[in-house]
Amino acid sequence: MNWKERLWIVAAGLITGAAAIVLVVLGNPSNMGFCIACFLRDIAGAVGLHRAAAVQYIRPEIIGLVLGATVMAAARKEFRVRGGSAPAQRFVLGFFVMVGALVFLGCPLRMVIRLGGGDLNALVALVGFAAGIFVGTLLLKGGFSLQRNQKQRVIEGAVMPGISVALLVLLVAAPAFLFFSTEGPGSMRAPIAAALVAGLAVGALAQRTRLCMVGGMRDAMMFRDFHLLLGFAGIFLAVLVGNLMGGTFNLGFEGQPVAHTDALWNFLSMALVGLGSVMLGGCPLRQLILAGSGNSDSTVAVLGMVVGAAFCHNFGLASSTSGTTLAGRVAVVIGFAVAAVIALANMRKEK
Amino acid sequence: MKTVDARGLSCPEPVLLTQQAVKAGTPVEILVDCRTAQGNILRYAQEQGLSASCRETDEGDTLITIS
Repeated sequence: MNWKERLWIVAAGLITGAAAIVLVVLGNPSNMGFCIACFLRDIAGAVGLHRAAAVQYIRPEIIGLVLGATVMAAARKEFRVRGGSAPAQRFVLGFFVMVGALVFLGCPLRMVIRLGGGDLNALVALVGFAAGIFVGTLLLKGGFSLQRNQKQRVIEGAVMPGISVALLVLLVAAPAFLFFSTEGPGSMRAPIAAALVAGLAVGALAQRTRLCMVGGMRDAMMFRDFHLLLGFAGIFLAVLVGNLMGGTFNLGFEGQPVAHTDALWNFLSMALVGLGSVMLGGCPLRQLILAGSGNSDSTVAVLGMVVGAAFCHNFGLASSTSGTTLAGRVAVVIGFAVAAVIALANMRKEK
Repeated sequence: MKTVDARGLSCPEPVLLTQQAVKAGTPVEILVDCRTAQGNILRYAQEQGLSASCRETDEGDTLITIS
C-alpha cells in the first residue's frame, strides 16, 4: 500500500505543477497557474466585496477544485458531513491566513510555484512558512486543539459545492452586476473550460491524496513522516521543469511577476500563513478540498479567507509589486496576536 | 489496553495522540471516524515498525489496534 500511495501523491504533485504551467501558457498571470489566495480574492472582487478593479474575476479553478473534491469524495464514499469545531475561530484564522498570503502575494501553493519559476523572494517566504509551521507544531504538542467536530446534516456539507455551482452559473451567464477586470492580473485568464478542467483534476487528486502544503512540513517535523512533502516536491519539480523548458525560469529577487522584494515581510507574512494553517489543520488548498468533501468547518474557514481578501483590498492591506503597505504590516502583527490568543484559549489539559 | 478517542479531531491530532499513547506502551486502541486519520495512523504504525489492524465498530467508526 505504501509505494502505491507514494506514487499517487507524487503524481498529484506533478500534475498540479504541470497544470499550473499550462494555465499560465493559456493566459493566467505569470507564476499564478494556481493561487488559492489570489483566486479567492479575485472572486471576492467579482461579486463586489472589494472594488480593486485589477483583481476581479470568478476564477473557474476554484470552482473546479471544490467540485473535483466533491466528486472524488462521493465516489470514494468519503463525503462525510462534519462541522462544529470552533467555526467562528476558524473564520478568524482563515481571515488572517488570507491577510498573510496577500501581504506576501500568494498562498503556500503559489509560493511553491513562484519558487519553481526562480523567484527567490519565495525562498525567503518558505523559510518563514517553515518557522510558522514549527511554532504551530509546538502548539499541537502542547495540547492545542480546536475541539472535535460532529456529524451534521447533508445540506450543511452541500453548502460549498452549492456555492461553487452558483459561481459557475454566474461566470457563464456573466450578468452585468458582476465586476470582471479589464486590465491587471484579474484580466489575465486561461479559457473557462481549461481552467475548470484543471481545477477539477487537481481537486480530485488533492482529495484522493490529501495533498497539503502545510501538512508536508508539519508531519516531517512532528513524525518524521515525509509522505505529504512528496506532493510538495512534485509540484516544485514540475513547475521548475516547465519553466526551464518554456524559457520562463528567471532566478533572482528583482522583477519577479506579481511579487515584491521586502524580505522581512515575505518571511513574517508567510510565517503567519504557516502558523494559521497548522491551527486550521491544513493549507488554503486543503481547506477548499475539505470544504468540497463535506467539512463545514473548512467552509467557514474559506469564507473567512474571502472576507479577509475583501478587507485586504478595501483597506490597503494587500501588497503590490512596489512593496508592502504599513496597514498590511500592522495587520500581520495583529494576526500573530490573534493567533496567540486563540492558541492560548484552546490548550487541552492533560488527562 | 489504553483506548484513544480521536474521532472528530483535525489533522494531525489523531496521529499525535497515537504517538503519545504508543510511547506510553503498546498495545493501544484508537477510535477514528475518517479515512484520512485512519490512513495517517496506519502509516505512522508502519513507519514505527508496529503492527496495526482495523475493524469497523457498530457505530460505523473504525477501531485501530496497534501492538
